[in-house]
Amino acid sequence: MDQVTIFLAAVLAGAAPLIFATMGETLTERAGVINLSLDGTILLAAMIAFAVALNTNSLLLGFGAAALVGALIALVLSFLSLSLRQSQTAVGFVLALLCTELSSFLGAPFVRVPGPSVPFMPIPGLASLPLIGPILFRHDLAIYASLLLVPLIWWLLFQTRTGLTLRALGERPQAAFARGVPVVPTRYLVTIVGGALVGIAGAVYSLDLKQGWSYRHTFGAGWIALAIVIFGGWRPWRVALGCYLFAALEILALRMQSVLPGVPTQVFQVAPFALMIVVLALVNLTGNPRVTRRIGSLPPGLRQPVQALVSRISAPPPAALGQPFERP
Amino acid sequence: MEVAVHNLCKAFGAVRANDDLTLRFAAGQIHGVLGENGAGKSTLMKLIAGFLRPDGGSIRFDGREASLHGPGAALRAGVGMVHQDPLDLPAFTALENLLCAAPRGAIGSRAAGRQLLSELARRLGFTVEPDAPLASLTVGQRQQLEIIRLLACGARVLILDEPTTGITAAQTRALFAALRRLAAEGNTVLFVSHKLEEVAELCDTVCVLRAGRLVGEQLPMPVPQRRLLELMFGAAVAQPTAGGAGEVRITALRSEGGLPANAGEDGTPALPGLHGSPTTERIAGEAVWQLAGVSARAGSVALRDVSLSIAAGRIVGLAGLDGSGQPILLRLLTGRMRPETGHILVNGRALSGGGSRAYRAAGIEYLPADRLNEGMIGALSLTEHFALLQNAALVDQRAAERAARAAIADYAIKATPVTPIRALSGGNQQRALLALVPPDCRGIACEQPTRGLDVASAQAIWRRLLERRLAGCAIVFASADLDELIAYSDEVLVFFAGRVSAPLHRAELSVARLAELIGGVGFGGG
Repeated sequence: MDQVTIFLAAVLAGAAPLIFATMGETLTERAGVINLSLDGTILLAAMIAFAVALNTNSLLLGFGAAALVGALIALVLSFLSLSLRQSQTAVGFVLALLCTELSSFLGAPFVRVPGPSVPFMPIPGLASLPLIGPILFRHDLAIYASLLLVPLIWWLLFQTRTGLTLRALGERPQAAFARGVPVVPTRYLVTIVGGALVGIAGAVYSLDLKQGWSYRHTFGAGWIALAIVIFGGWRPWRVALGCYLFAALEILALRMQSVLPGVPTQVFQVAPFALMIVVLALVNLTGNPRVTRRIGSLPPGLRQPVQALVSRISAPPPAALGQPFERP
Repeated sequence: MEVAVHNLCKAFGAVRANDDLTLRFAAGQIHGVLGENGAGKSTLMKLIAGFLRPDGGSIRFDGREASLHGPGAALRAGVGMVHQDPLDLPAFTALENLLCAAPRGAIGSRAAGRQLLSELARRLGFTVEPDAPLASLTVGQRQQLEIIRLLACGARVLILDEPTTGITAAQTRALFAALRRLAAEGNTVLFVSHKLEEVAELCDTVCVLRAGRLVGEQLPMPVPQRRLLELMFGAAVAQPTAGGAGEVRITALRSEGGLPANAGEDGTPALPGLHGSPTTERIAGEAVWQLAGVSARAGSVALRDVSLSIAAGRIVGLAGLDGSGQPILLRLLTGRMRPETGHILVNGRALSGGGSRAYRAAGIEYLPADRLNEGMIGALSLTEHFALLQNAALVDQRAAERAARAAIADYAIKATPVTPIRALSGGNQQRALLALVPPDCRGIACEQPTRGLDVASAQAIWRRLLERRLAGCAIVFASADLDELIAYSDEVLVFFAGRVSAPLHRAELSVARLAELIGGVGFGGG
């Protein structure tokens, strides 16, 4: 096994929790609801998953508990924002802070306690394939699930009638209402399912990738997941690409630490976030009218390909994202 | 299917939008529903289509009482509504719009949907490509798609709310033919409009609402237009003997309502200051706008090499389909967009580099079609809007309120100085927007100045604009209403796919000529 396959395998594994979180958030935001509580949800779900798995000695219960925590937080968010019409951003932000503190408080007894973890499980036969084997098939169940989740979410959103209805809720809930869709109940459902996936992301951290529990164990993952969903333009494949890109940046930053020992370690911890901002700005350039005008004034030979590229990259958000639905 | 309502009531706050309505729409016919803005037409239709829930009374389909808890329930019962701004999904393709949330069993699969879409389109004479992204379709095509969708979902009663606003003459003809065909097949069509001519052309019966009450019930067509006007606006408006001011109003009602100019018994006089009267020539002064070789693009539409000059005191109408480039010219004229090439002179000076602020300092004002998003700030009151116009660091609250009170009195705006603009009706918003234009302005560019307004409100807006023009102001307006263009323009520029016709002078204007040019006939190959 050479360096490259090890690196790629590490990227696939390292991105697994982000995949769960971003796929959950993609679903939620496609239905027009912003669940801003991601960071808190992941932390609290990670802590609960670890505590439950430790006490019951059942990984499955740990993952189940994490999904339940995510779903419950999403339910609170839905109730406050969809039923009581409070600002989704404000409620989500407060929930993020609340769950973060709650995880520190409730998780104190579990800090640095050794506990169970998802067992390594290479897939017989496939794992010994050259090149592909070590990259794709020498992981554990949680990571295999993350690999399957992306096509599943894509299929649900873009190949099924359910997905069409779900996206209609995020594009123009009034139109969905006119078609007889119960807007608020359906948004509840999607938000709760999305929240459960975000919860599972927490369990993937505490039971698999960063085994155990510590103060602010996964700090920042939720915020980066929110950014990646925007980077991916609410399209599952591109969102997944964003997750892998971020994981790759993280791993590279870690390696650079030993290559450049003179640079403070904080620089490498922060570097992926800073790079993410640059990438985000680049991707969303297309929404800027000044950029559009610049492209328009390019020489005709250059204009066509640049325009084609830009329109491929551009990804408008769901038109009704974050907007409350008022029954007429 | 027969639709009947009994003692139907619906109030919004203190306003009784529908006040004890009882009427019946027979199956297999096209029923016109007339009334000015705010008469309660849309409310009645939304009640029947399940969008609103009545405060009292009942709705019956074929004699069976229906309890509609939403538009989905109404559609299952066979009632579908096409809104003025079609309630569809711009991000989806036509086919996805058809499939989205269609009732189980109505459309089996994607392939079945595709087949159904092209079959219904062919049968109704519509042109909708299944895979076209909705954002690329015209309002007329989106409306056609909505009709197809409702029929595919099993609608036997079709409600159309102001369907001819914003669609082309050809699309209107196709729509009317399709509606006649649907009625002949036993469907019921409810056609909401304030355009008398269309109702006369299309409908079998008509009912008239005024202030939430039924004032004309199931009148079999044809009904004399004077009688309909009387019913819609009350006896006073349609009385031609009301004197000078009344006559002006009647004239405009005729031209706006699409009636032939000689429909009245008496020879109605033309509007003062219009129709090539000497005043027009006298007040035409030096050029307010001069454009030389101007090109600009917005989205997929590009305006190429436009040269024109607009003199003070002239009214220039911009005709053309949606998306032909009229808004680009309006934005260029008001500094909201910069030309890629060419020069724009305002009052003989180049305001190069200056945005809308420099243009406003030069006396150029813009009245956008999207009044609440581009024109005014919905949450602020008229007083606050006048305060925004002040130049000092501190707000002179008293002066602002004085200005607001004066504007309310002058422009007959139904509001208090502190009412948020968002709470005003469309006509009052447009009057407020006009009242905010400073008295010494040199040029006004209006986008669809009377869209969505009823006849009386539209007339009031034009009276104000004509006053401005008499004061030496140049006016450029874009409109989809050919009658409006012909009635008020000194010259008309027709837009077709980013190209601009030579100016057509008042004498050469006719609906037929304009319609040809709007459709692209006569633009040549270049």
